Amino acid sequence: MSSALRAEAGQIDVDAIVIGAGGAGLWAALELAREGIPTAVLTKLYPTRSHTGAAQGGVCAALGNVEEDHWEWHMFDTIKGGDYLTDQDAAEVLAREAIPAVIELERMGLPFNRTPDGKIDQRRFGGHTRNYGEGPVRRSCYAADRTGHMILQTLYQQCIKAGVKFYDEYHVVDLLFEGGSADQGGRCSGVVGYKIADGSLHVLRAKAVLLATGGYGRAWRVTSNAHSLAGDGMALAWRQGVPLMDMEFYQFHPTGIVGIGILLSEAARGEGGYLLNNEGKRFMEDYAPKLMELAPRDMISRAMYQEIRAGRGIDGKDYVYLDVRHLGRKVIEEKLPDITDFARVYQGVEPISEPVPVQPTAHYAMGGVPTNLETEVLANAAGAVVPGLFAAGEVACVSVHGANRLGTNSLVDLLVFGKRAGKRMAAICKSTTAPKHVAGAERAIREEMLALSTRPEGVRPAEIRRALADVMMESVGVYRDEALLTSAVKEIQRLKGEYQRVRVEDTGSVFNTDLLEARELGYLLDVSEATAVSALARKESRGAHSREDYPERDDAKFLAHTMVWRGTDQAPATKIDYKPVTITKFEPKPRVY
Amino acid sequence: MDVELKIHRFDPERDSAPHWETYRVPVEPMDRVLDLLTRAKELLDGSITFRRSCAHGVCGSDALLINGRNRLACKVRVEQLGKSISVAPLPGLPVVKDLVVDMDEFFGKYRSVLPFLIADEPEGTGERLQSQQQRDVYDDTTKCILCAACTSSCPSFWAQPEYVGPAAIVNAHRFIFDSRDQGADERLEILSNEDGVWRCRTTFNCVDACPRGINITKAILEVSSAIGSRG
Repeated sequence: MSSALRAEAGQIDVDAIVIGAGGAGLWAALELAREGIPTAVLTKLYPTRSHTGAAQGGVCAALGNVEEDHWEWHMFDTIKGGDYLTDQDAAEVLAREAIPAVIELERMGLPFNRTPDGKIDQRRFGGHTRNYGEGPVRRSCYAADRTGHMILQTLYQQCIKAGVKFYDEYHVVDLLFEGGSADQGGRCSGVVGYKIADGSLHVLRAKAVLLATGGYGRAWRVTSNAHSLAGDGMALAWRQGVPLMDMEFYQFHPTGIVGIGILLSEAARGEGGYLLNNEGKRFMEDYAPKLMELAPRDMISRAMYQEIRAGRGIDGKDYVYLDVRHLGRKVIEEKLPDITDFARVYQGVEPISEPVPVQPTAHYAMGGVPTNLETEVLANAAGAVVPGLFAAGEVACVSVHGANRLGTNSLVDLLVFGKRAGKRMAAICKSTTAPKHVAGAERAIREEMLALSTRPEGVRPAEIRRALADVMMESVGVYRDEALLTSAVKEIQRLKGEYQRVRVEDTGSVFNTDLLEARELGYLLDVSEATAVSALARKESRGAHSREDYPERDDAKFLAHTMVWRGTDQAPATKIDYKPVTITKFEPKPRVY
Repeated sequence: MDVELKIHRFDPERDSAPHWETYRVPVEPMDRVLDLLTRAKELLDGSITFRRSCAHGVCGSDALLINGRNRLACKVRVEQLGKSISVAPLPGLPVVKDLVVDMDEFFGKYRSVLPFLIADEPEGTGERLQSQQQRDVYDDTTKCILCAACTSSCPSFWAQPEYVGPAAIVNAHRFIFDSRDQGADERLEILSNEDGVWRCRTTFNCVDACPRGINITKAILEVSSAIGSRG
């Protein structure tokens, strides 16, 4: 009988492992290569298919190429945009190091759009302002509306040039620890990878392991995220006793294509696009009179819901219009070509002559695996480090985004902290000894995967996945309250029970996507539970977390990061703790735009 | 409404040869072929195997032969195809399973053209300057997502699998015509060999196949003419 797993296991010894080949993973790999550290990059896709490539509008850095700008303004915007949950030392690193990171990308060959005098051009983006909130500033460096694509391509090109060793289409299925799990003070000592092409398991040992696996938008029904974004890295770490931080803060991007969630970049509004209700009114003037359509995303998504609830959605339905007609054909086709194509292909709408129907779409995790400024993963609220384990990009929570991320700061985050991860890992690799070999390190995960792939009957993964996507959409979306969240936690836990009976139909070892999608569903269930439990515990409204039963921000009780630990077989309940926010330059103030 | 979805099936662990299987799949308005494949896998047969990721035409995972033309399954709307749809792997590449092809050779050819900026370190610590006109020259070829739709649609590639293929030439073009790059000579040397640009017969299949709308034949001709003007 065929089996989903080959019997023999491979063994690979390196100094550093990078899981995921999006922007953060690639820049880390590049730094490791520059330091001469033997490194393996594992990706379940091909590197150029990572979701960094879907980022559209740009990457902010206070270059000041087209008007006055300062990194301190970028830092302030990031903190205010994050509703003061942002760690201010992290925001300072982000805003300062964005500048050399963007310059370095240019030197690597990234084809930025240019000003008339040949410098990197910059445009406006939501929540990015001059002089601490006076008005919009041109800070976003861009390559048409495919900036993420160009970042991904450029970093991959440089990795090829530097001879980085890639393991394409290897799905990481377990993190290995020695000396106990993360909460027992253990050290991360490697990973187990599943080679998708032939179903073989490979044990990789290393001194430093980077999680760079991205987010988990596929937990929601309407999302801008790729199918591959299932919270792999977060769930794998959570299962090894690592806490997850600020999971209740999940961003809904205002302008998704109705029904399917594909993103229409904020660049459309950065170039001057309007949001209109069914009366043809630019409704943002009632919510953010100074920044209008360039207010932060959480505020705009809420404003859209308010309009829709008040019956001012288009035709009374659950969407509004994004209108770029007044920008003219030239701007639309030259600066927004991809999203124009998306509207044509996926909605049958012509943005040059028609307004485009949009609704909020699940987009970005502000929370994730907690790290310090050096990208070392944290084991607890006191800041103890998990030796050998690192995280950067969307999977991580430094926290630079606080309760709500500003547009373009995801790219800034993965550049700045991907690079930091590579440097820190290289230093650790030079100063520590290799972990010991343990025979049969893959045994536990092999048994788990065999159990999943040999169950003779049970539930289809798709049934559970759909039920999860529905409950996350209805109850853990833009607006939340006690009753919704309580029922969501219960439903997710029920689905986790159902998952014990999930059945994979494909029993072969060659390219078994059925098995891998079932694994991904397990990750989604874990990170969704962490999200709902954290949201239930936070009895205030802050940034993207909007509780209708607690509509105000409550700094006295909740100016703190949530940390949540997974339940164990012995103690099945999740455990929550809070970590103080680092405040350096800007005292929390009411957030008005 | 249902459509008839005919899928190329091949499981190397069970089948000695590929075969077609037909599924009746319910369709919703605005569905794309990827939605049909996903629904067939979820509802009818979990072993149907294909690659996919972003689902909106920017990652390049789901390039397939759809009703006889290379297309991204996530960019073709079902209503444009009618009630009978056939889906097969990209032609000319080794089939791993069902709709999945082996991409290793394809990426090997991509790497062979030195697809990275080759330039002296600029003076100081600042950005290089590039005029808008200089950037426009290679803008089109920066759009490539390496989905392989072009190369696997090319009759010259089918006839001569050693041909480097349109995708690799597109990526060489992106650097050869970048004013900041100094590696043009090396790349043109590579592309002037017998499996380089001269195998292009300007059938324009690649242009039809490209989901990013790149004028690939024009790029290939620009590279050929750059080789020619080197003498």
